[in-house]
Amino acid sequence: METLVFLYLALVLIVTSLLVVTNRNAVHAVLWMLVMFFHQAVLFLTLEAEFLALVQIIVYAGAVLVLFLFVIYIINLRTELKIRNFHIYWPMAALVSVVLVVLAVKAVKEFCPGPVVGDMTPKLIAQLGQAKVLGKALFTQHILSFEAAGVLLLVAVLGAVVLTRRIRFRGEEG
Amino acid sequence: MIPISWYLILSLVLFAIGAFGFIARRNVIIMLMCIEIMLNAVNISLVALGRGLQDTAAHILVFFVIAVAAGEAAIGLALVVLLFKKTREVHMDEFRALKG
Repeated sequence: METLVFLYLALVLIVTSLLVVTNRNAVHAVLWMLVMFFHQAVLFLTLEAEFLALVQIIVYAGAVLVLFLFVIYIINLRTELKIRNFHIYWPMAALVSVVLVVLAVKAVKEFCPGPVVGDMTPKLIAQLGQAKVLGKALFTQHILSFEAAGVLLLVAVLGAVVLTRRIRFRGEEG
Repeated sequence: MIPISWYLILSLVLFAIGAFGFIARRNVIIMLMCIEIMLNAVNISLVALGRGLQDTAAHILVFFVIAVAAGEAAIGLALVVLLFKKTREVHMDEFRALKG
């Protein structure tokens, strides 16, 4: 049963990502990506990462994809449906990707996981809840990275506003 | 229990698909979406390894990757809007000059 669920999720993830890559219509690509993100959230659930599954849905499906949709609506791409959507050298890109997969799969086929090093055991999660365990690690051990991520997001928001605002010159009507 | 290597192989395949799209597509918006696919593939492998090692660091790292991806999408899409305003074009091979 577990294997069946994993195979279904893997199949849907691969098929939807291929559809995103090959779709002519950018709006359809975004919607296929939505399907992909939901399936990935379920994959996180099967990996006992409930918190990350929720963050995946809230941040990616809720924020990032809406941003993509807004930009696609701003940029009205009528011509996109008629012209070629790949570079002329796409067979070489496909070759590189396939070779990457073949070589890397050869490398990780013999992968065997090391001994358990962390403290996030199923017993502790059952006792405290995953959000509490993660929050404790985030706000004690990784507090500096957390602050840096906050600054990064602030800079990203300000940068996006500064880049896309309309440039007004003095004495000119807005 | 599913072996971790299966998750790693899935993540590799997704990463390769994203990389192919990034190299081969002409539309800048789709290229940004391919970056998101690649970041998601890395997230899958991180979560799988974190489950295997039972370590919180993997989950924290995925959390930060998601935060950085959100910032990257905001900046990248702002740049796309700027390019479109300037040139009325979003296809990568049409941009020949670095100077704006």
